Amino acid sequence: METSLQAPVIPSPAVRDTVGIRKRIRRSFRQIRTESVFKQTLVIAGLILVILVLGILLTLITQSLPSIRLLGLKFIWGSTWNPVKNVYGAFPFLLGTLLTSFLALLICIPFSIAIAVFLGEYYPSGWFADVLKNAVELIAAVPSVIYGFWGLAVLVPMVRSLEARLGIDQPLGVGIFSASLILSVMIIPYAASLGRSMIQMVPEHLKEAAYGLGATRWEVIRHVVLPYTRSGLFAGILLSLGRALGETMAVTMVIGNSSILPKSIFAPGNTMASVIANEFTEADKTVYLSALIELGLALFLVTVIINIIGKKIIDRFTNE
Amino acid sequence: MNDPMRTDHIRYRIGKNNGFRILTFVLAFACMIPLVAILFFIIKAGITRINFHFLVNIARPVGEKGGGIANALLGSVIIVALASLIAIPIGILGGVYLSENPKGRLAYWCRLSVDILQGIPSIVIGIIAYFWLVKPLGGFSAFSGSVALAIMMLPVIVRSTEETLKMLPPSLKEAAFALGMPFHRVIFKVILPVGISGILSGVMLSIARITGETAPLLFTAFGNPYLSADVTAPMQSLPLLIFNYATSPYNDWHDLAWGASLILLVWVLFLNVFTKLIAAKWKVQL
Repeated sequence: METSLQAPVIPSPAVRDTVGIRKRIRRSFRQIRTESVFKQTLVIAGLILVILVLGILLTLITQSLPSIRLLGLKFIWGSTWNPVKNVYGAFPFLLGTLLTSFLALLICIPFSIAIAVFLGEYYPSGWFADVLKNAVELIAAVPSVIYGFWGLAVLVPMVRSLEARLGIDQPLGVGIFSASLILSVMIIPYAASLGRSMIQMVPEHLKEAAYGLGATRWEVIRHVVLPYTRSGLFAGILLSLGRALGETMAVTMVIGNSSILPKSIFAPGNTMASVIANEFTEADKTVYLSALIELGLALFLVTVIINIIGKKIIDRFTNE
Repeated sequence: MNDPMRTDHIRYRIGKNNGFRILTFVLAFACMIPLVAILFFIIKAGITRINFHFLVNIARPVGEKGGGIANALLGSVIIVALASLIAIPIGILGGVYLSENPKGRLAYWCRLSVDILQGIPSIVIGIIAYFWLVKPLGGFSAFSGSVALAIMMLPVIVRSTEETLKMLPPSLKEAAFALGMPFHRVIFKVILPVGISGILSGVMLSIARITGETAPLLFTAFGNPYLSADVTAPMQSLPLLIFNYATSPYNDWHDLAWGASLILLVWVLFLNVFTKLIAAKWKVQL
């Protein structure tokens, strides 16, 4: 600060006229003022981010208050959702969300761990790895509405014929199983890329020691790499779960949108996100709207908690 | 060495090793099947619909052949451009703040907020934009959709800016300060130009991400069957059109949705590949 104040004051022999000096001093002061304004702008930008999150939380809470007050715990355990009769039990949606997400995780785990091991251990570089890496990134880039459309046109008929072969009396095709399949494809990239970066962090000397003892590659992976990266892989799967819980469009398009408690994994259902997407603009009563927002609040809280825990585990893992 | 039990065991271990290697390869490459299937199917179903007529007309009523998606194309461009206009300055400034003040209480909360923002389901952002803008302003509008998308862009831009600036050598900044440059000029004339490639990659990735977002637009931009450039009125966008037409029972509308899907897919993949080329050229770590 002081240097920029003094610099123009030093009278060089060339600059004798006081007008020029004054001009320079004024310019310096202007720059100093701009500097402090800019620093404040930066702080404001940081504050905006914090206020945004607080505002979101606050809005969700205040808007869902009518439903929280009126329905209380019945909201979670009630298994009937009938806006016409003013009955709001969100249990079918909770179940639908949990079923689709965990089924998707179950399907996705072997594939994403295989990709992580392939890219982290077998082929960390080379064109072979590049093809796979880019393909996985493209899977993440495809918009969710396109997954939904493709699922509706291609996957649903396939699931329907599978259901018919299994002898289910009403083979619809749409339902929890189709939604889980689509979801699992969508979350593979997240679990795989996190897993890959974790596997690449395994210290070389640990693996070499195991090879030195005569271990095969599989034994090194099984007894050194996987145990070492266990917490990291868990965090990756947790973060993918967070993704799966909040995914809306693809699920909405293939899950069948039925508010009845699903009887099997082939039955149509609804997730918390899909019921909001379907009914939000139709909600004509305060309690109805507020009940939907309470679902949004629950979704928000669950994903926030999952994300924070996942990030904490990864931070601890990378700092070790 | 000639102990038969022992060689058997070694053979078993080697066999197991090979077996699991093959299993890993098969599972890893099986993931490409859905991607290839989706690309193939969308291209096959969409390519025949796309022609000049498709790009400059709006949808015809059900039963009439032809029609296009001009309203959705225009709407997508306007909504995304407006969202970028809102999110890019705030995002870059936030990223600069985090890289300049890595420690401190506000920085801690700010970083946490970015993490949270990144994880919020897009449908929740739609609800928020509805209560912050649609309800007070008295109707669905493209502007509220842009704000919702801007909220989704922010964390990506903040993160990529912060990560890029953190990797710049501190000597760069110190040299600029030693010349007596004020802080804002150091940032604008030295730090940001040097880190522009990383920031640009982040911005383009976030644009690719929000162009395909549907859920935040359901209760904000809402959709509009007619051509409209008024940001205070409902506006159609590509993902909204795909969602509405794909779930409709009419074949003509399905055809429009396939064409729109292809355009959206090509645009999003193009942005991703382009970003990757930039990142590879300037050796950015994303």
